[in-house]
Amino acid sequence: MDRGKMVVNSDECKGCGLCISQCPVGCIEFDNETINKQGYHPAKYTGSGCTACGICFNVCPEPGAITVYKLVKA
Amino acid sequence: MYEPILEKPKSFFDIYKEKSGDQTITHYCPGCGHGIVHKYVASALDELNLTDKAIFVSPVGCSVFGYYYFNTGNYQAAHGRAPAVATGTKRVNPDSIVISYQGDGDLAAIGTAEIIHAANRGELMTVIFINNAIYGMTGGQMAPTTLVGQKTTTSPRGRNPYNEGYPVKMCELISQLNAPIYVERVALNNAANRAKAKRAIKKALKLQAERKGFTFVEVLSQCPTGWKVDPPDSLKWIEEKMIPYYPVKVFKDISNEAEPYPEPKKIVSGNELLEILGIKSEEEKDLKKYEIPKEYRNPKIKIAGFGGQGVLLLGVALAQVGMMEGYNVTWIPSYGPEMRGGTANCSVNISDGLIGSPVVEKPTILVAMNKPSMEKFEKDMVPGGILFYNTAMIDEEPKRDDITKVPVPATKIASDLGNIRVGNMVMLGAIIEKTKLLPFETVKKGFEYFISRKNLIPLNEKAVEAGMRYVRENNL
Ligand SMILES: Cc1ncc(C[n+]2csc(CCOP(=O)(O)OP(=O)(O)O)c2C)c(N)n1
Ligand code: SF4
Ligand code: SF4
Repeated sequence: MDRGKMVVNSDECKGCGLCISQCPVGCIEFDNETINKQGYHPAKYTGSGCTACGICFNVCPEPGAITVYKLVKA
Repeated sequence: MYEPILEKPKSFFDIYKEKSGDQTITHYCPGCGHGIVHKYVASALDELNLTDKAIFVSPVGCSVFGYYYFNTGNYQAAHGRAPAVATGTKRVNPDSIVISYQGDGDLAAIGTAEIIHAANRGELMTVIFINNAIYGMTGGQMAPTTLVGQKTTTSPRGRNPYNEGYPVKMCELISQLNAPIYVERVALNNAANRAKAKRAIKKALKLQAERKGFTFVEVLSQCPTGWKVDPPDSLKWIEEKMIPYYPVKVFKDISNEAEPYPEPKKIVSGNELLEILGIKSEEEKDLKKYEIPKEYRNPKIKIAGFGGQGVLLLGVALAQVGMMEGYNVTWIPSYGPEMRGGTANCSVNISDGLIGSPVVEKPTILVAMNKPSMEKFEKDMVPGGILFYNTAMIDEEPKRDDITKVPVPATKIASDLGNIRVGNMVMLGAIIEKTKLLPFETVKKGFEYFISRKNLIPLNEKAVEAGMRYVRENNL
């Protein structure tokens, strides 16, 4: 199981691509299947590789577009 | 199991109710640095538990709508004036945490004076300065921080330092001043620098909460729209174009040595305030508003003479006594070029309504203590006005015949009383006797406010009486 995961609230994403370009492990991509209500292809988690470093959160200009989760032992 | 470690900070509103259109997203362009810095400010407020105390001052620029987003106290200041608004805000709310958030057009062009002086006064505030090298909001014009050679809509061939000067380095300027305790420039170009930016903003707010002093954080921040580059490339632009000219570093940090500012004195009651202002509230309450005779009501008074004749003091006396009688008053001396010739004048309004301007251009009452004053101002009087002139120093008759003339040898009477300088008070006596503008009893009570040397009060009182007597005895 990966150490972390990121979740994009796709309606709040403006498709700027900053998170995608800055993610050190390349685990974020554009969701080319989806056009959100603002008319952008939002970013989405590829599904694996996230280390919960938080870099995407700290480069995303939208307050609520990204949430980063960390794996904790149950 | 996964737990959220980074999510929308609580210092933001859930829903941006003030905003038109979609109330879940910001108004910023995709990739704009403003949103990132907003997040750092909001996270810092969350972490320091300062949200309830914070007052965010939005500027003019793309961040003009900062108040849509921050669940704090909010102001939106006139262009460039955020530090002035923040100064007032902090001074009347000393327990608040005040953030002056400004772009480079706002802070380094139209608001240069405000930021320099707020910094120099060491106001207890945090300034977040977004340097994006351009005017974003108005469509990409050149800013003071625009780089040499940078093309903008108003520098289409690139900024030319021989024409537009060099880009202004605000951290370098601010850190030269004594008062600021913490000045740092940060950048949004890479993860390490963004982490530093976040820490710097938090540190600045923490220092403010500790009452340490003025803190200033400049952020090299992308404007992909104004720069006409994709958001990911805009980060490279910061790195390659901005950082070489604007070094990213701490310019000043004396926060460890700095003593916290003393706790401000709190004014708890209205009476205490009156006491601090030196107003004797009880005494004033006893006074009933004196009825000024109809024909002299709302006078516009001009008093003019040589520098040493006490014309300014005569004006103060009239205004003070008028105020004690419950009227609205203004007194304003003239500092015009005529002062250089040794003549002085002042304007006084005593009004039962609001006073629009303190300046008197067309006097209803003119006091001329010397000849040049009469020559200069007689012609400005309104028809039916009343002219008091000092015949001891004016050997000419007034020219107008549509005014009332009251000749008083004020300087001579004063000289007979033993002090040539109380001619102004002789004139005061003549004025109140002739017009009944103000009661002598209140003038007597007023002396202590406008005569600073208390031992001279009896002489001044005598002079006023002598002026009154002169008018009575000569049936003027
Ligand atoms: C008194 C006044 N002068 C000029 C303007 C026009 N104006 C609006 S925003 C702006 C500059 C904004 O640039 P900056 O401070 O760099 O902020 P940005 O939009 O880049 O974030 C100007 C000149 C104004 N609104 N008010
Ligand atoms: S940085 Fe934010 S707004 Fe930009 S693509 Fe990623 S999630 Fe969307
Ligand atoms: S114009 Fe520039 S500064 Fe303004 S919102 Fe767009 S990207 Fe941000």
